Amino acid sequence: MSISMRLVHIASNTFREAVRDRVLYNLIAFALLMSGAAILVGQISIDIERLVVINLGLTAVSLFGLVIAIFIGIGLVSKEIDRRTLYTVLSRPVRRWEFIVGKFLGLAATLVVNTVFMAIGVFAALLYVSHHFQKADGWLLVALYFIILQFLIITALALLFSSFSSPLLSAVLAFALFVIGCFAEDLRGFASMTQGVTRWVATGAAYLVPNFSALNVISSVAHEQPVPGQLIFYNTAYALIYAAMALCGAVLVFEHRNLK
Amino acid sequence: MKSSARITAIASIALVICMMSTVLLLRKLDQLRTGSAVEEVLYISSPSVLKRISLGYGGLLADVYWTRAVQYFGGKHHNGAQHYALLAPLLEITTRLDPQLLVAYEYGANFLAPKPPDGAGMPRRAIELAEYGIRNNPNEWKLYYQLGFIHYMELQDYAAAADAFARGSRVPNAHPWLKLMAAQMAEHAGDLQTARMMWTTMYQSTHDRSIKANAAAHLRALQVDEDVSIVEALVARYRDRTGRLPGSFSDLEAAGSLRGTPVDPLGHPYRLMQNGHVVVRVPDDLPFLKKGTPPGYVPPQTPKLLPTD
Repeated sequence: MSISMRLVHIASNTFREAVRDRVLYNLIAFALLMSGAAILVGQISIDIERLVVINLGLTAVSLFGLVIAIFIGIGLVSKEIDRRTLYTVLSRPVRRWEFIVGKFLGLAATLVVNTVFMAIGVFAALLYVSHHFQKADGWLLVALYFIILQFLIITALALLFSSFSSPLLSAVLAFALFVIGCFAEDLRGFASMTQGVTRWVATGAAYLVPNFSALNVISSVAHEQPVPGQLIFYNTAYALIYAAMALCGAVLVFEHRNLK
Repeated sequence: MKSSARITAIASIALVICMMSTVLLLRKLDQLRTGSAVEEVLYISSPSVLKRISLGYGGLLADVYWTRAVQYFGGKHHNGAQHYALLAPLLEITTRLDPQLLVAYEYGANFLAPKPPDGAGMPRRAIELAEYGIRNNPNEWKLYYQLGFIHYMELQDYAAAADAFARGSRVPNAHPWLKLMAAQMAEHAGDLQTARMMWTTMYQSTHDRSIKANAAAHLRALQVDEDVSIVEALVARYRDRTGRLPGSFSDLEAAGSLRGTPVDPLGHPYRLMQNGHVVVRVPDDLPFLKKGTPPGYVPPQTPKLLPTD
């Protein structure tokens, strides 16, 4: 069996397992939230229905996905070890790095499917409050794409942490990095204001943490501001390379981990 | 090479390459999103809403907003901007989130009050900021000084300046000059010596290099204004006595009016023009001049402050 086939197998198993774990049940909660919000703001606010639905919808997509990425991501390795299913997998002609990359792809696919369903919910709520779509609504797709890119980074980080620490600590670390990453631009601003050794250390740390602020365009698309093509290109490259970096770290740790 | 060792080597190399690539990409993103931390729109402009959503971590959020205000002002000032629409709201948010953040009042008022391109040209907002600071920190004499300074320099409201200095002088541990300044305002408001005293106090009371440099530049400008006034008066007296203008400073020396060629505060000799006016040789190094600039001189967008100050 080729490498790509082995990766597809591991990924599809991860996806099936996530679906079996009723991960997609969050869609019910999301649908209730969106329909409730759409009806509510239509009744209590003036002229900001569209704004509220976009802000609330995209934020909910981001947070729901974030929670899934972290809590499923941290269990991807540890659960397999606890259930001892990892030994069955590795006893076959599957390399450890293939296991890590396959798990990542599986969870990424789960999150993409989840996001697609939630995006349909956002657009449905938007149609309900505005009665029609407008050209600027297309930018929502870019915002959703950036949210998926965020998920890729956070999934890779959760996987990295779960390869060497307990699930609880992994969750805390992944969530902390998400929060820090949201302030990444401010962090670099702080770093540029320091001097000497502090500047080097602070700049290094500021560049090492994931940059989620450039990936968050929710507010600007809600205000119908276009997203530059260059930003889409660089964000895509950045998110993919950062996720690859975190995955390389996870592979390195997992490759040397004593599983006996 | 064993399979595991090969994977380790490949993953390590890939990790380093990815790390370097992310730094390069982040630099690109930063260039694309210049000023993005503070775009020309504040999506949440209400300090009270921000205070509520900070969940009690208002201090940290205030630090973030203060940094944003500094970056916003610094970026715009560097580009010689004439409009600073977000500066006042950013400072307002910062100080509402943390009313004890004294730097935000001290520096913020300095950013807000002077006319563009030195500042935002909003002396009234600067006064509001300083007054809010005083209400929340009534024992900080520097805030009264700041308030008086703005009234004096930007609005030429000498009575209000005297009042601010007098209020500040009653604060425990206030700088003794405040009392002196209150008196000076009453007697000699608007004269050169009072302005010199104000900038000297500003120079001495701050630890910030940029404010020191700014105060030093103003002090030099005051010195040039005074020098030019004195030498031009000597030139006028020479003309009255001889019926012609001096051709050079040597003529004034020969007439016993001067002891040598006068030099500006940076040590460059002044130039005597054919029309009897006295000008500096390197006006770019002497910003904020009211007198002594060569004819047709256009000052740079951003005043040049010397790093040696």
